Amino acid sequence: MIRTLRIVGQNPLSLLGLILVALVVLAAALAPWISPFPSHNGAVVDFVYANQGPTARNWMGTDLVGRDILSRILYAYQISLFLSLVVLAIAPPVGTLVGLLAGYMGGWVETILMRIVDVFLSIPPLVLAIAMMGVLEPTLTNAMLAVTVMWWPWYARLVYSLARSEREEGYVLAAEVIGASTAHITFREILPNCLPAIITKMTLDMGFVIIIASSLSFLGLGVQPPTPDLGSMVAEGARYLPDSWWLTVFPGLAILVAVFGFNLLGDGLRDLLGVDE
Amino acid sequence: MTLLTVKNLSKTFDTGRGPIHAVRDVSLSAGEGECLAIVGESGSGKTTFANMLLGLLAATSGEIIFDGKPLQPRRSARDRQAIQLVQQNPLSSLNPKRTIGASVRLVLDTHRIGDRANRWKTVERALEAVGIPGDMRTRAPSSLSGGQRQRVGIARALACHPRLLVLDEPTSALDVLVQARILRLLNQLREDRGLAYIFITHDLAVVRNIADRVAVFQSGKLVELGTTEQIFSYPQDGYTRSLIGAVPVVDENELALRNKLAVTP
Amino acid sequence: MTPLLAINSLTLAFKNLFQHTPVLHGISLSIAKGEKVALVGESGSGKSVTARIILGLLQETATAEIGGEVWFEGRDINAMRKAERAALRGTDMSMIFQDPTSSLNPTYTIRSQFVEVLRRRTADLSRGDCDERMISLLEEVRIPDPLRVLEAYPFQLSGGMNQRVMIAMALANRPKLLLADEPGTALDVSVQAQTLSLMHHLVDNHQTAVLFISHNLGVMREFADRVYVIYRGRIVEYGSTGSLFAGPLHPYTQALMAAVPRITGSGLPDLPEISDTFLAPPVSHGGTL
Repeated sequence: MIRTLRIVGQNPLSLLGLILVALVVLAAALAPWISPFPSHNGAVVDFVYANQGPTARNWMGTDLVGRDILSRILYAYQISLFLSLVVLAIAPPVGTLVGLLAGYMGGWVETILMRIVDVFLSIPPLVLAIAMMGVLEPTLTNAMLAVTVMWWPWYARLVYSLARSEREEGYVLAAEVIGASTAHITFREILPNCLPAIITKMTLDMGFVIIIASSLSFLGLGVQPPTPDLGSMVAEGARYLPDSWWLTVFPGLAILVAVFGFNLLGDGLRDLLGVDE
Repeated sequence: MTLLTVKNLSKTFDTGRGPIHAVRDVSLSAGEGECLAIVGESGSGKTTFANMLLGLLAATSGEIIFDGKPLQPRRSARDRQAIQLVQQNPLSSLNPKRTIGASVRLVLDTHRIGDRANRWKTVERALEAVGIPGDMRTRAPSSLSGGQRQRVGIARALACHPRLLVLDEPTSALDVLVQARILRLLNQLREDRGLAYIFITHDLAVVRNIADRVAVFQSGKLVELGTTEQIFSYPQDGYTRSLIGAVPVVDENELALRNKLAVTP
Repeated sequence: MTPLLAINSLTLAFKNLFQHTPVLHGISLSIAKGEKVALVGESGSGKSVTARIILGLLQETATAEIGGEVWFEGRDINAMRKAERAALRGTDMSMIFQDPTSSLNPTYTIRSQFVEVLRRRTADLSRGDCDERMISLLEEVRIPDPLRVLEAYPFQLSGGMNQRVMIAMALANRPKLLLADEPGTALDVSVQAQTLSLMHHLVDNHQTAVLFISHNLGVMREFADRVYVIYRGRIVEYGSTGSLFAGPLHPYTQALMAAVPRITGSGLPDLPEISDTFLAPPVSHGGTL
């Protein structure tokens, strides 16, 4: 605990990261109660107030059909965080499993698994996702699927290299001499030593998944209207720059705050958990 | 009674630049309760030899007979249990993310020794037998001194009641005062439990004070084998003599002995 | 005659917001010109940080709090500016470390690393002069084929060969003081013995003073003129090698000496790992500090 405080004290930016992340999470969780116009989350039209800049009524202005941008950002955070959490609930475990087995067992297991990983890593992530979304229908579920498919190989690579070096440690030799099972050695001995790096990467990735998901929606391949999404809001508003600047600037800032927050927090965790880059 | 017999054991590694003969045609034996030291420098094949004894590497040719029966390349759980290892670096040999108790308990769980319910008690007794208080079992390796960690390493190796212990430079990472205590502990455990030791080291002064017999390895070959008394009275092989000649000594008696043994007769 | 190096009540503590950890509690030692002095201690005794302070490396660390004086040729290293300290290293003061192979950069040839060392002293040394110096230095450390070694990368040479290269580089600029931190501990005993006797011979020829840091009493006995024994940041005993080894006076030195296994087979004595008597006041065998 004292160590935690000390590291936070030495690295005030990680504290800022924690505050930003907490704000984003709170905003998403409390969206139905704190947003000024909860109904603007869906297909609502209010042309009286359409396309207005920031006012006392609408702090961040309104969009082309008169919906409150602040309310839509709060709801969009819900979608973004949900999507990131789903992706990070699936991709890291899959990648970790592949990386652990390849790194510890070696031989043909390593050859087969890591060549598959290399194939995925050789395709630029966004291109892979765009290709998948071109084949599939652009829905939230498919967006999550596409991002997950492009995400797990990075964890496989990370864990593979960690497991490779842990395999040389004396404690693995000790477990082998005792006769412990492969399952025990990989999951109970090696995995705990890889966890700090995995957790750090997951925190950093929360932000990156938000960016990728937003990029997909920006291209019209992600979450579809009328559901609010930060990427599609920026895309829609981009056509009306610079006059109706509030259409893009506020959703853009919202992305920035979330990504920045998770990045700073991830850096702080890296120091706290003692992970070498 | 002979516990271990090694017959014409060889190990060749095939590399891109041709074969490397790590161990060449080594034959030796160790009796029950005996401490056999294996002495050699880097590249002597002593680690490869130990890995074959432990069943971590398959021999290219030759056989290992333990307790009257040849050991198979795929070791049974019983055979694994009978030959255990203490490593050089106790900091690396204990998993930093697990408590020392969990590291010792792994042995009991793997070999299903005793009742599940009593295993923590067994772990505590195993730790106490090497001089670590039982209630320290919840501690992480990082909170222990080097000597304490090596004691835990010994407790773990002994937890499944092996008959032969392979000790790979067990004290060379320790301070000299700690080394003295660990060597005494190893001697006492051997006496109490009738253990046999294969004691791998490069330190001839340690060998002199702990081993019954000495095997000197050079480039994968066994160049000299004899009782400790013989080796330190009339070393036969030139390489053995040069090793003795390189030992740093601290008193006049040692200096006289070294000068006497190091010269060619 | 003023000593080459004189350390006066040197203290060191590592501090941060929450803790203040003293490491050295007032170390004093001196080395005369051309003298071979050993600092013997176990891990955590403070022997390596002492070397880092003499080299002026720890002074740059923000968390290190250093007190006392380190006089080298009449100048206090603790009071110097960073650039002055840096200028001493590799010229008047040089060092040899534990593992020769890892202290050489694997991505450069021996030649290019050696040239860099020579040009620290004489920046405008010509290629031809460099080659001549390097070859004679490598011959001095009994490297049979200096030209081949110069073109090699460190990983292409054996540990013993790298150690000789390190010794040649360390002595290349005719330093007045050589710091040797557990040299050769990573090598095989026979190689270690050869390189130590080679180093012994060379520093005698060059009149280089040496501070030899080690945990190995046997190595110290063969190498040093005088010995300081350090325990938990304090010098507990010092004196000439002969008298200290013949009759250690401090309880800690006595225990240390008794704990060393002998090839004469004197058995394994029952000694404590730690004891209050180890903290007894320092003992001198006469002579200067």
